[in-house]
Amino acid sequence: MAELNALTLKAALDGLAAKDFSAEELARAQVEAIEAANPALNAYVLATPEKAIEMARASDARRARGEAGRLEGASIGVKDLFATEGVRTTAASKILGDFVPPYESTVTANLWRDGAVMLGKLNLDEFAMGSSNETSAFGPVVNPWRSRGSNKPLTPGGSSGGSAAAVAADLCLAATATDTGGSIRQPAAFTGTVGVKPTYGRCSRWGVVAFASSLDQAGPIAKTVEDAAIVLTSMAGHDPKDSTSLPVETPDFASFVGKSVKGLRVGVPEDYRIDGMPEEIARLWDQGVEWLKAAGAEVKSVRLPHTKYALPAYYIIAPAEASSNLARYDGMRFGLREPGDTLSEVYENTRAAGFGDEVKRRILIGAYVLSAGYYDAYYLRAQKVRRRIADDFDAAFREVDALLTPTAPSAAFGIGERTDDPVAMYLNDVFTVTTNLAGLPGVSLPAGLSSDGLPLGLQLIGRALDEGTLFTLASALEDAAGFRTKPGRWW
Amino acid sequence: MSIDAATVRRVAKLARLAEPEGRLEPLARELSSILHWIEQLNEVDVEGVEPMTSAVAATLPLREDVVADGGDAAKVLSNAPKSADGFFIVPKVVE
Repeated sequence: MAELNALTLKAALDGLAAKDFSAEELARAQVEAIEAANPALNAYVLATPEKAIEMARASDARRARGEAGRLEGASIGVKDLFATEGVRTTAASKILGDFVPPYESTVTANLWRDGAVMLGKLNLDEFAMGSSNETSAFGPVVNPWRSRGSNKPLTPGGSSGGSAAAVAADLCLAATATDTGGSIRQPAAFTGTVGVKPTYGRCSRWGVVAFASSLDQAGPIAKTVEDAAIVLTSMAGHDPKDSTSLPVETPDFASFVGKSVKGLRVGVPEDYRIDGMPEEIARLWDQGVEWLKAAGAEVKSVRLPHTKYALPAYYIIAPAEASSNLARYDGMRFGLREPGDTLSEVYENTRAAGFGDEVKRRILIGAYVLSAGYYDAYYLRAQKVRRRIADDFDAAFREVDALLTPTAPSAAFGIGERTDDPVAMYLNDVFTVTTNLAGLPGVSLPAGLSSDGLPLGLQLIGRALDEGTLFTLASALEDAAGFRTKPGRWW
Repeated sequence: MSIDAATVRRVAKLARLAEPEGRLEPLARELSSILHWIEQLNEVDVEGVEPMTSAVAATLPLREDVVADGGDAAKVLSNAPKSADGFFIVPKVVE
């Protein structure tokens, strides 16, 4: 048998059910793998091996009593944006200091309810603001993948870079993540993993550190489409503590995996064929179309004419919401407090010392676009453009059941290569940000390798609350692509 | 639209972010280039379009106006930079 930590979640759950190994043995294998890899990869900002072993033993005891839950004994990593009771939660920011939440986020509570075991907290861009994990106060995560014949360290993408790298390097069976503009799907594409951003409102935001509340949504990063479906089924569900959580039943998402795609209509949005798209990404996209056709789906071209305006609209709406959400970090009730001669100086010094450059940049943009005299020109206009983008999707979904696009405009890039130009960094999210604005579900899955041997992802976008169709299409693409490559172990 | 160092100083004050004088010019340049890129939104015809204020069309639910939680002063204060006798200790607000 493969090393336990290298199993898929499904294989691990089957092995646990068959008593081939215990949850404790599985957790120990994960803990050892983390200890060996983390100094090189920096995926975990806090490993919790003792808690993992304790939770695994409790899981084994539950199984022995015949009380096994859906995720019984599965060891999971948690993005350090989810509040975990009694376990330090930082959002990868100095401003939270050694914040230890006295409460548990709903999403993680759902995982533990179903028997999962926590391995620790995963690195991310500070407050989930970034596309390369380089804005983390804990330093960047290193992608387990390297270009063929090169030792150059690459970013795993962001903001859920720790989650994606940990899954790719077998440092957890699956991980929680969050996605405000592409933060689940782009790192999944950069690391050869599967990432799902569900419909806005599918997963509770309660206990998730807020970035941009009308865009933030939690979801899983996992090794296979089926694994992602299993984890999302546990994460999702209505929560009265989040007023935007949708009061709908959660289907068994895994039941959609492996179903026939015959008769499904898939749209290819021509407006995603942007200038300068690398040839190999265009080719992979065409290949995806061929795979879906061969599996029996009907593919047609559609238009989403406002696509190019999604990213600039996002860079008004997200910073505006962030500047408002991050006003709470004032040094009074929790986190860092820096001295000053007046109350105002305490605020200003605390926030100057606690926030990193990218977070400050976004707070300033947000405060500017919301300030007197500029609100209508920027914020109100962006919200109207957002409506145009959502209307484009409504029109497309009258003709098709889902859309196929590339996930990101490039493969993983080198650490430090794109930090000089904020706008160039923002362009990473050009294909993913549209679904956040429209509240729609999106899935990224690995579909091939670049000429340098790095993973490339394809994205499927669906109707609101129709993740099921995405899982069906994603599993068909997964079968056709046969992507089984793992990063060569150098750490 | 370009923004100048004075505007950055004003917005930083609004956002309660201490920015040293030497950072104002570079920040003005950075923010101007981002805002310049954002201005392509002016090409979009938004005449008569309702602004979209939430990601899904759902009415906010109401709950009974009753106490559902509380009595956790120790938990609430557990992460305070300074506290005493069940209170947060903060800098003097009124001179």
